[in-house]
Amino acid sequence: MARVELVAILGSLTLLVSILELVRRKQLGAGYALLWLLTALALLILSMWRDLLDVLAHLVGIFYPPTALFVVGFGFLLIILLQFSVVISRLSQENKKLAQRIGLLDWKLRQIHSDETAETQPNAEQDAI
Amino acid sequence: MTERNNHYAHKIVAIVPVFNEAACVEAVIREVDKSIPGVEVVVIDDGSTDNSAQVAQAAQASVIILPYNLGIGGAVQTGYLFASEMEYDFAVRLDGDGQHNPTQLSALLDPLILGQADVIVGSRYLQGRKFRVSWSRSIGVKVFAAMVSLITGQRFTDTTSGFQAANRAAVQFLAQHLPSDYPEIEGLVLLCRAGFRVKEVPVTMRPRVAGQSSITLFRSVYYVFKVSLALLIGLLQPPPKRIYHDGPR
Repeated sequence: MARVELVAILGSLTLLVSILELVRRKQLGAGYALLWLLTALALLILSMWRDLLDVLAHLVGIFYPPTALFVVGFGFLLIILLQFSVVISRLSQENKKLAQRIGLLDWKLRQIHSDETAETQPNAEQDAI
Repeated sequence: MTERNNHYAHKIVAIVPVFNEAACVEAVIREVDKSIPGVEVVVIDDGSTDNSAQVAQAAQASVIILPYNLGIGGAVQTGYLFASEMEYDFAVRLDGDGQHNPTQLSALLDPLILGQADVIVGSRYLQGRKFRVSWSRSIGVKVFAAMVSLITGQRFTDTTSGFQAANRAAVQFLAQHLPSDYPEIEGLVLLCRAGFRVKEVPVTMRPRVAGQSSITLFRSVYYVFKVSLALLIGLLQPPPKRIYHDGPR
């Protein structure tokens, strides 16, 4: 087994175990774990199954097969990054709406509060009498 | 116009977004009060670190305090949400720094009240109005005007003016769809694409009282690039449909 294969297998195994551990500790949500698991599994399979990597490299015209591993990893990372951008866009949109709603509710609350104090003020005077 | 429009007959709200504008906001509120009798002034405090909110409150405005800075688009949209939910007939929008002269508000409101348009934009550059700007800025102004005119098929001269008035249908639309990044210019395109009648009227704006405009040649080129990109991306999206909740007349 070439050194490069060993390094690739160890690397993708570490990634896979880390992801599983993060999911187990509930630090990585299922929605994100899926893409990461696919990435780690693809890298692991391609590092262990040299023939498949060779076929893949040959198909896309890559002369040094381990480079194909980088290409596959890069492809998956791009997809993950795109997913992040989508999620961030949604979060900032929701965040804006939340802030606007808080502002409006806060105004309403102060409105109700000032109405109440305006109502209770005369009563307080009556009680005093 | 043969008869004077009676502003009393309509519920009108003035939306004033402020960000650290404690020095100017009181004067703006008072002037708006004087210009439109019976107007409700709602100040949107966009995460100011000074006492803008207290100053506005002391001047009898309704003050909506945002928990953190949302930027001009998010702040103005909060005003439209307020106007939409409190069922105002018309909303005017003007800056808290005193650039927009409240005495010109009726020029913005009158065409709306007469039903001639859904949105009125106060333009600094219409009909030979002179507003001194640096040449680097004037290039941006012309590029934007040309782009928006091309996209909408209607001539616009001042696409970055925040001095605007809208009727109820447009307010409801903007409360949902006002773009966050470049609300004036993207908003114009969106309104036109959704079928709203947008018109410009000439206004004169006052030079800013305090603070320095931060526009340099490089920045304005970069700004033109960013806005153009935002406009093009916006065109990829289908125009949002206009909704109509016609409340009691």
